[in-house]
Amino acid sequence: MFAYAVKRLLAIIPVMGVVALFVFSLLYIAPGDPAAVIAGDIATEDDIARIRAKLGLDQPYMVRFGGWLWALAHGDLGVSIFTNLPVAQLIGQRLEPTLALTLCTLFVTVALAVPIGVIAAWRVGTWIDRVVMGFSVLGFSVPVFVLAYLLMMLFSVRLEWLPVQGYVSITEGFWPFLRHMILPSVALGTVYMALIARITRASMLEVLSQDYIRTAQAKGLASDQVLYGHALKNAAVPIVTVIGIGIALLISGVVVTETVFAIPGIGRLTVDAILRRDYPIIQAVTLLFSGAYVLVNLAVDLSYTLLDPRIRY
Amino acid sequence: MSAVPAALAAAPRSVSPTWLRFKDALRRHPTAILGGVVLLAMIALALAAPWLGTVDPQAVSPVKRLKPPFGEYWFGTDMLGRDVYSRVVYGARVSLAVGLAVAFFSTLAGLAIGLVTGFIRWVDAVVMRVMDGLMSIPPVLLAIALMSLTKASLENVIFAITLAEVPRVVRLVRSLVLSLREQPFVEAATAAGTGIARTLVRHILPNTVAPLLVQGTYICASAMITESILSFLGAGTPPNIPSWGNIMAEARSLFQIAGYLILFPGICLSVTVLAVNLLGDGLRDALDPRLARRM
Repeated sequence: MFAYAVKRLLAIIPVMGVVALFVFSLLYIAPGDPAAVIAGDIATEDDIARIRAKLGLDQPYMVRFGGWLWALAHGDLGVSIFTNLPVAQLIGQRLEPTLALTLCTLFVTVALAVPIGVIAAWRVGTWIDRVVMGFSVLGFSVPVFVLAYLLMMLFSVRLEWLPVQGYVSITEGFWPFLRHMILPSVALGTVYMALIARITRASMLEVLSQDYIRTAQAKGLASDQVLYGHALKNAAVPIVTVIGIGIALLISGVVVTETVFAIPGIGRLTVDAILRRDYPIIQAVTLLFSGAYVLVNLAVDLSYTLLDPRIRY
Repeated sequence: MSAVPAALAAAPRSVSPTWLRFKDALRRHPTAILGGVVLLAMIALALAAPWLGTVDPQAVSPVKRLKPPFGEYWFGTDMLGRDVYSRVVYGARVSLAVGLAVAFFSTLAGLAIGLVTGFIRWVDAVVMRVMDGLMSIPPVLLAIALMSLTKASLENVIFAITLAEVPRVVRLVRSLVLSLREQPFVEAATAAGTGIARTLVRHILPNTVAPLLVQGTYICASAMITESILSFLGAGTPPNIPSWGNIMAEARSLFQIAGYLILFPGICLSVTVLAVNLLGDGLRDALDPRLARRM
């Protein structure tokens, strides 16, 4: 197990290496000359050349990549072109809302989607199953921002039950925090929920057709004992896998959801950076989200041994 | 059970088993037919846009700003007085063009790369590392990053989304090739002296078509959603082309007073994506029984 964990950890290096290379190339081939921008309007060619040399922009590609990686390893993500503030600091300021939104959505979604999928598989072919599958394909088809606006128009503008936009930190009170979290979480979580419910149903259907399930039922176990004690345990690996892979959907969704609900998180930072072509921020965010995605999926991989004792590394 | 062989014997020989399975799948998925019909209707709508009572979707008319729908203007007008109905109908062209083009190019590129990597060891090691890396960047983020490098144009949107989708196709094709190359018929071809290129084209390629068609349908659906997200965030189709994402992006600050600006394109987009997804589910069941059991 330990050896496997180390091996998997090492396997991350080439993956993140490719990500880093991609992200670095972004800045390398980005249009516009940072040296000219820093030098200002009245600079001469000599001034620009001097600044370029000072910043190391005249160095070859691999040298610059090495330098960039070295800085990265020391926590230096560069400086925002637009605000001139360190990118690490900008991201640090925006981390809390994004973490709150993603974690809220993640837990609520998984807690709802898995039982829904189990029930759909248990009642396969009935109206319950059809409703679940219908909602799941609908969930895949409605873009997150369309759903977000529909929810907002109904619950905030028409019914006035929930606040329209904005974010309140949990330190300012749990209830206001929760009220601001409900709509963004529902909008963000729907597609993820559809995915998990669908895989849970499929995985459960496969397990429920096995002989040992019939045995368990034949010896008179209650159906919820069979479902959760026998079936779900054996169906867990594909479900956990898709929870990990689906994080990519959450990350893409977070950028959109924060824009719609005016939540000052990393997603909002990303959108502002795109509009201003602030490449260091786009780089850092891409790197950060990809790193999070890779780490979550590493954790998923390692959890297999806990879920299924037959899997040994 | 005894009825089954009799039924098979009675079946005319000219009917291929694929077609039978297809009909069976359609019977089990009537929604797939519905999806196909809706998709065809949308394509017809997009192609016939100029003859459907539309006006110039870019024609600005400040005196007729923000007219509500269901009056003189079916879908109302936007903040510049442009006819939303015309913009939505023309917008179908963008979504469908992006969806179909991305599905086509990404399956083609993924197929080419996947075939080679599945068969040549050293290429496999290098290419798959790159694909793993690209796959760990969430697709929308990857497309955003690419779009931030270039100027907004429809071609660039298609290219960016295609690049984000290709790694998943490569994965699929490679896994198919890896299992196919161990099959006896491939071994037989190799033993008979067939070269790698000919084996790939004659024996491996035909067996990847069905799963790729299914995958292509899902890519089409997700590409349409990605295009709308990119446009909505201001990193997609240029504003001078009316796309569903653009119409909604422009309505961002107005949704409280003019919700219809988001409602109409949003519903059109959702219905189109839904149609493609339903079609995909039916196709998967018909063409790829191995996957159909799992989902």
